[in-house]
Amino acid sequence: MFAEHLNDNLKNGGEVDKAPTRNGYGEGLLEAGKRDDRVVALCCDLTESTRTHLFAEAFPERFVQVGIAEQNLASVGSGMAAMGKIPFISSYAMFSPGRSWEQIRTTICYNNSNVKIVGAHAGVSVGPDGATHQAVEDMAIMRALPNMIVVAPADEHEARKVALAAAKHEGPIYFRLGRSATPVVTTPESPFEIGKAELMFKRDESLEQKVGIISTGSLLYNALKAAEALQADGIGASVLHMATVKPLDTEAVIEFAKEHGSIVTVEEHQKIGGLGSAVAETLSENYPTKMARVGVDDVFGESGEPDELIENFGMGVGSIVEAGKSLT
Amino acid sequence: MRYLSSDEVKQLEVKANSIRQSIIEMLSEAGSGHTAGPLDMADVFTLLYFGILKHDPKNPDWEERDRVILSNGHICPVLYATLAHAGYFDVEELLTLRKFGSRLQGHPHKGALPGIETSSGPLGSGLSQAVGMAIAERMNNQFSSKFFYCLTGDGELQEGQIWEAAMLAGKEKLHNLIIIVDRNGFQIDGYTQDVMPMEPLAEKFEAFNFDVQEVDGHSMRALNDAIGKAQAVYSQPSVIIAHTIGSKGVDVFERDFRWHGNPPGKGPEDRVPKDEQAKVALEKLRTLAGLIDKDNHA
Repeated sequence: MFAEHLNDNLKNGGEVDKAPTRNGYGEGLLEAGKRDDRVVALCCDLTESTRTHLFAEAFPERFVQVGIAEQNLASVGSGMAAMGKIPFISSYAMFSPGRSWEQIRTTICYNNSNVKIVGAHAGVSVGPDGATHQAVEDMAIMRALPNMIVVAPADEHEARKVALAAAKHEGPIYFRLGRSATPVVTTPESPFEIGKAELMFKRDESLEQKVGIISTGSLLYNALKAAEALQADGIGASVLHMATVKPLDTEAVIEFAKEHGSIVTVEEHQKIGGLGSAVAETLSENYPTKMARVGVDDVFGESGEPDELIENFGMGVGSIVEAGKSLT
Repeated sequence: MRYLSSDEVKQLEVKANSIRQSIIEMLSEAGSGHTAGPLDMADVFTLLYFGILKHDPKNPDWEERDRVILSNGHICPVLYATLAHAGYFDVEELLTLRKFGSRLQGHPHKGALPGIETSSGPLGSGLSQAVGMAIAERMNNQFSSKFFYCLTGDGELQEGQIWEAAMLAGKEKLHNLIIIVDRNGFQIDGYTQDVMPMEPLAEKFEAFNFDVQEVDGHSMRALNDAIGKAQAVYSQPSVIIAHTIGSKGVDVFERDFRWHGNPPGKGPEDRVPKDEQAKVALEKLRTLAGLIDKDNHA
């Protein structure tokens, strides 16, 4: 059963509107800027594409166009934070944090600097641009950094909430956004809190077999569809949405594993180092549980349409269902 | 611009000499660390902290302070020694450099020690942070008289990020940013001109829309005048290329790139045996290389 606060069309089996998560970010950043004049935005020649333009147009005096220089972007952000600003630094995830990892490590994380790193165009769903622009390692490299928080919002509503929460949070945070329009499964009323997992679909307890699905980012929709499909095939399935990959809501993960006995993780990211790894680390130390990880399997992406890439790289609804069945 | 009297110059030179002695003592005790850069930047640091900066050692977080951003973190012994001599913390603590549990990390860590504006070590990122600070300050206060002094090495200028930051500083016309380059001409692997030539350096910065000055990095008067002029330039960021002699003050270590990354006790042996290096260096500094009788020197 779907969580009450989710999109009605989703619950009724109707058509769900689509929008890119970056749209929600743009609105959230603008709103954060209105609420707090310490919020500033920096961008590397991708202002409209990252939706930073909404802020830049409203607050030109608080916007810094850094040019195509992502290493500089990270450290200029750190310098501005040292003077009391709340910088949001945006680019494509492949370039920031992809290119600027050491600058983020030393000048943002080691300094515990109040910088918000926004990686747009994450995942293979970037589409036709191909592997060079498809960041599927970003969560792994950010997750390894002390002081860093890592978030992958599910849809545009959640992305908006993440931007607002990031502005309020004191310290570094990384969140990733997608390029393509993805199903809007949550509503403005859906809860979001950094570090807190949210149960989005509860299994039919009358079914004897069961599996727990933990997803992050916009694949939440596929995870929900897979849960419905599994239940139609007689396997009780729940979906726990893990927007925050670090710090992981370990209590919720362990409880979920105890409840379901087996876990499938779903992410638009390498299986190495992302949500699947984080869940496996937690469960192997606390409550060893059979797992299957759905994600990119140690390969690079390629050009194509977002949906066909998700399918072909093994993150479609069918792949999640298959992973669930493999555990029961 | 404030002019320095002869007495003031003399006092600053004596202070720089004391700071150099502390550098030798702390490096020798640590058993690792860099020698040449800290010694050759002692004059610049002394002038900044005892003649130029708006700062308050007893209130290191004072909002109105000027900021010193050390981009080449590996020369931190000179920063630590200067901060201690200026009263930020006890001079005795200098001997904990690089030891477990010390606030004096091998490379600076912001928050660990009063007076450290940023963590640094990996080269090239300090300038970006100084640029970010200078931009933020201008957003906060158009008429601010706060200055952001970014200290860099010359080998460090080989990092691409430096030029990313320089481009932005030039674009933003950051008059409140003053870079001081330690132009000692060498880096770990050898002379800068062999490893990766930096000349024409002044022209490079000019091309990035900086006001450029080249000065004797050991002359208090020349440095003071240059910083005064840089403060008065309103339409551009400034860079002062301070020509320094590596390991300045200890003649038997000077101009030898092998002293870049070694402490006394582990440096090249052809001029002074390893086990005498610290002692000889301190003796040279106390007697100004034999010019004065050490027993009569206060």
